[in-house]
Amino acid sequence: MSTHFRTAFYGFCCLSLWLACMPLQARLNIEIFGGGMERIPIAIVPFADEGRLQQRITDVVAADLQRSGLFKLIDPTGSTPHEPAEVNYSEWSDRSASALVIGRTIPLPGGQVEIQFRLLDVAKQTQLAGLATVVPLTQLRVAAHRIADIIYETLTGETGVFSTRIAYVLKQGDKYALQIADSDGYNAHSIIEYTEPIISPAWSPDGRRIAYVSFENKKPVVYVQTLATRERKAVANFAGSNSAPAWSPDGKKLAVVLSLHGGSQIYLINADGSGLQRLTRSSGIDTEPNFSPDGRAIIFTSDRGGSPQIYRIPVSVSESAKAERLTFEGRYNVSPDFSHDGKSFTFIHQHNGRFNVAVQDLATGQVQLLTNSQFDESPSFAPNGRMILHATEIKGRGILSAVSRDGQTRQHLSVQTGDIREPAWGPLLKQK
Amino acid sequence: MNKLAGILVICLLSACASQTTQPTDVEERSVESGIGDGASNSALGSGSSGFHPLNDPGSILSQRSIYFKFDSYQVSNEYRSLAIAHAQYLRDNPGAQVILQGNTDDRGSREYNLALGQRRADSVKNIMTLSGARPAQIESVSLGEEKPRAYGNDESAWTENRRTDIIYRGE
Repeated sequence: MSTHFRTAFYGFCCLSLWLACMPLQARLNIEIFGGGMERIPIAIVPFADEGRLQQRITDVVAADLQRSGLFKLIDPTGSTPHEPAEVNYSEWSDRSASALVIGRTIPLPGGQVEIQFRLLDVAKQTQLAGLATVVPLTQLRVAAHRIADIIYETLTGETGVFSTRIAYVLKQGDKYALQIADSDGYNAHSIIEYTEPIISPAWSPDGRRIAYVSFENKKPVVYVQTLATRERKAVANFAGSNSAPAWSPDGKKLAVVLSLHGGSQIYLINADGSGLQRLTRSSGIDTEPNFSPDGRAIIFTSDRGGSPQIYRIPVSVSESAKAERLTFEGRYNVSPDFSHDGKSFTFIHQHNGRFNVAVQDLATGQVQLLTNSQFDESPSFAPNGRMILHATEIKGRGILSAVSRDGQTRQHLSVQTGDIREPAWGPLLKQK
Repeated sequence: MNKLAGILVICLLSACASQTTQPTDVEERSVESGIGDGASNSALGSGSSGFHPLNDPGSILSQRSIYFKFDSYQVSNEYRSLAIAHAQYLRDNPGAQVILQGNTDDRGSREYNLALGQRRADSVKNIMTLSGARPAQIESVSLGEEKPRAYGNDESAWTENRRTDIIYRGE
């Protein structure tokens, strides 16, 4: 993509997002650089009567699809069909749209609204998917993300992740906030705020709890907080440092890093803090554990070989368990996170003074660098494996960024003020 | 067993250190004379200079930071004398206690840096306990990259942040 076009494209994204976000609120800006090879041309016609709602449904749907990097939005200006019978397919074919989204919103008494939507195949002149749903006016964005997921899944064959949430730490002045937001950065709210650092948020597999490390007691302690009740408990508060929580796939156990017996070593505890078991025994640093999706192994960072590298160890707690080294390129490979199919892992690789997001295939050992920025940290796979969320830095400020698994599409997400870091992409929600 | 191995390594390192070039030896000799003064000064309550030995700008004990290379927790020869001087002060003043705070620059992983900071604090603690300080006098903790002293993305800021601070309790 030429610089000129990129600038124009970037300007368009900013403008369209600015327009989409007129009701100001705490949110993340999204900027897209580059684009996928083959983007699906799709026209999204504003739904009937949605202008009367606080939030236009199609604005959210369009931003979601565009952010994925897999779609090219076709301008629908001049034609406003809301029913299949009103669609002139040849007109959309002339505009090079291969898919068309139409729908309507019907205000109902009691603060509710009915939303009808249809996804149409322009070439075949048929309906590919549709939905009619009644939602409270407070849930318009939720409904829009669901529609975007249906469109994404129908047209790409992959699981949509627009309805998922992300967690990250926001530093503003001397205040640290652990925040949760929708996958598009909206509806951000703090679940805990302190004047001491917070690091390493980790979602429970059911998305109901978050484990994190807080320095509020002047040293790192691991807490688990239930999102619905805000109830929180220190689950690892042993002598020394307690950090790097990781959930087992069944949500029953946590791997944590303790300096309890000297050094930094990996231990297993039950999610309520009971049943301490030591997992690694090395004379070096062992940290950043991450469970394989089948729960049988943990990958982690260790400097036992002289430089920090990624290793894998079986979770069966036996003295004979041997760690296997996985990374060999370079002298600094850290922060591993398994893909949800267990076939690869993402991590931070240092080379030429840069710290970048990389992915390694477990079967072949092949490494692919996905970013070329200066200081990337904390990569975290989206639940569909399509994107990787990570922290990076622009002009001295920490921001969130997402990169597609193939490295083709990158997007920046950033709040207006403050430093943002330690992102973690939440799991798919069960009810769908 | 691990501890024994650690002690052996430290002894070997000490042996290496004492066999290095002249300037280091000179520096260590001057340190020892400084300590002698410090100990006698502390017995008197304050030194001839009017400073408590820990704060006397002329004493090595007024220096409180030990710096490290990137991704390293090895105390270089340049700073061994400083660690040893504080160890000898702790040995001669059993009531004194220190907190060693390990820090890192802000590049790379926060969790790895937290562990690295702990290592940097522990390395200094090892030298101090081998040089006469009692383990109970020393607590080693890590701040990782969370409490930078210098801000900025350049070598001078990074260098300033890769350090262990020696903080006396009650100061």
